[in-house]
Amino acid sequence: MDASLFQYLLRLGDNTLVLGHRGSEWCGHAPVLEEDIALANTALDLIGQTQLWLGLAAEVEGKGRDADQLAMQRDIWDFRNLLLVELPNGDFGRTLMRQFLFDAWQVINLGRLMNSSNPRVAEIAAKASKEAAYHVERSADTVVGLGDGTEESHVRMQAALEYLWPYVGEMFLGDEVDAAMVAAGIAPDPASLRAEYDALIGRVIKTATLEIPDSSFAHKGGKTGAFHTEHLGHMLCSMQWLQRAYPGASW
Amino acid sequence: MYAQMVKTAGSGVKDRDEMSEQEQDFQDRIDRGEKIEPKDWMPDNYRITLIRQIGQHAHSEVVGQLPEGNWITRAPTLERKAILLAKVQDEAGHGLYLYGAAETLGVSRDEITEDLLAGRMKYSSIFNYPTLNWADMGAVGWLVDGAAIINQVALQRTSYGPYARAMVRICKEESFHARQGYHIMMKMASGTPEQKAMAQDALNRLWYPVLMMFGPSDKESVHTAQSMAWKIKMDTNDELRQKFVDQTVQQIEYLGLELPDPNIKWNDETKQYDYSDPDWTEFFDVIKGNGPCNVDRMAARNKAWDDGKWVRDGLMAHAEKKAAAKVAAQ
Ligand SMILES: [Fe+2]
Ligand SMILES: [Fe+2]
Repeated sequence: MDASLFQYLLRLGDNTLVLGHRGSEWCGHAPVLEEDIALANTALDLIGQTQLWLGLAAEVEGKGRDADQLAMQRDIWDFRNLLLVELPNGDFGRTLMRQFLFDAWQVINLGRLMNSSNPRVAEIAAKASKEAAYHVERSADTVVGLGDGTEESHVRMQAALEYLWPYVGEMFLGDEVDAAMVAAGIAPDPASLRAEYDALIGRVIKTATLEIPDSSFAHKGGKTGAFHTEHLGHMLCSMQWLQRAYPGASW
Repeated sequence: MYAQMVKTAGSGVKDRDEMSEQEQDFQDRIDRGEKIEPKDWMPDNYRITLIRQIGQHAHSEVVGQLPEGNWITRAPTLERKAILLAKVQDEAGHGLYLYGAAETLGVSRDEITEDLLAGRMKYSSIFNYPTLNWADMGAVGWLVDGAAIINQVALQRTSYGPYARAMVRICKEESFHARQGYHIMMKMASGTPEQKAMAQDALNRLWYPVLMMFGPSDKESVHTAQSMAWKIKMDTNDELRQKFVDQTVQQIEYLGLELPDPNIKWNDETKQYDYSDPDWTEFFDVIKGNGPCNVDRMAARNKAWDDGKWVRDGLMAHAEKKAAAKVAAQ
């Protein structure tokens, strides 16, 4: 049970860690100051959630590690994030479309986790879901603004959606870890979130005058750890560098 | 400072009998310590000088995101990453308030941004130096934000209302940044030998560039005299620099680091520290565009602006469509 819970918590914490890191890469380079501040704000929330999820994961593991050790000293095969969040930022449109596709899932999943049988999970979910509600509102607004903006912004947003769409399906694939979570009443069956998700993104994408691609193909492997993209290793190179180069130092 | 070598418009302080009646009233208000507000009459040269100064200050906040942004993805712990990200986000916020203050003088943010990107306006020389090791994130907060505070605390009393109020708000956050930076330095200076070496390297490398932030000596400049009469500038560059040295030397000693300048010595007669002047030739090279990072900094800002055009245009077009739909529905 604890081994499955540990894996499940890594999934939650790695999603926010990796996406928070991607968001932070924009710092100082966004199209306009307000967006710079908003991206940093979202990244900050995600890093804060990472501290909670990975902190709990470390406790559940019971091997004396902490959130920082999990973030900074695991290698790529131990990461459990969705492939979607590790993809490179691309242009601002792709970054915001990815944020929206993630936020929509995150807000639904966290809503269910608030009723988790595990009180610690429920407590973190309650705190994180307030932030997620704000994130999805903001990313949805930006997707609509750019989808239904100029011709160029429309074309770019449609291209972003097409590039990212094959990475959406992984969010709803279940495995034995999920089955154990469902059995213990800790977390929902991933597949059970799909209808609500499709309704939410369907509404926003339509208002944005964009079209959801007609394909259900889904890349997978991130959350189980079977495969990651080549991009994650490069991210870990910068993220973990100081801890790897100067082991044992306190910062 | 964040505003350095701002050229004061006009040809120096006017004698009272050269002033029009309106100008005399204006000067009297300033002398009484009243704040000038956007709708009030003001001499053209006062307005022009303030736009230059506030604009340069705003640009410095924005370009200043880059040297620290350089380490966000390499921050060693989740907490350090969050603190650094929040700090850089604050700097972007400072840019926003200051562009807002400049707008009250009749220039738009986009207008002066284009001036920056075309090289017609400047930002502080300090941001043309690289950040090379993690202790730089400590040293920048402690020394760069620390130096900025010395100038900006004085500017809280500046005569232009919106600028003075922006300074009050900004100073609170800058003090927080300086404390966080010093905290990183304490960790590094009391850490492993490698960490201590990083701390010393950061201090040695940034010391003179930070002293240059205050600008060359300006005590005899007629332009300074005019800006001081208008209470746009509150102290001379040398006074501010001395204040900075005096407060920082003890902090260096507390860290147990070596002084970055062998000539730093307490002077019992002047009751302040003697220190070596920075190399002003290097300063003028940096101001002319030949600092270690000028080209990279401007390239990064230009790229952000150019790549972001479609986003700004797209959001604007959408807002216009929405407004038109609202009108049509009425
Ligand atoms: Fe600032
Ligand atoms: Fe600051």
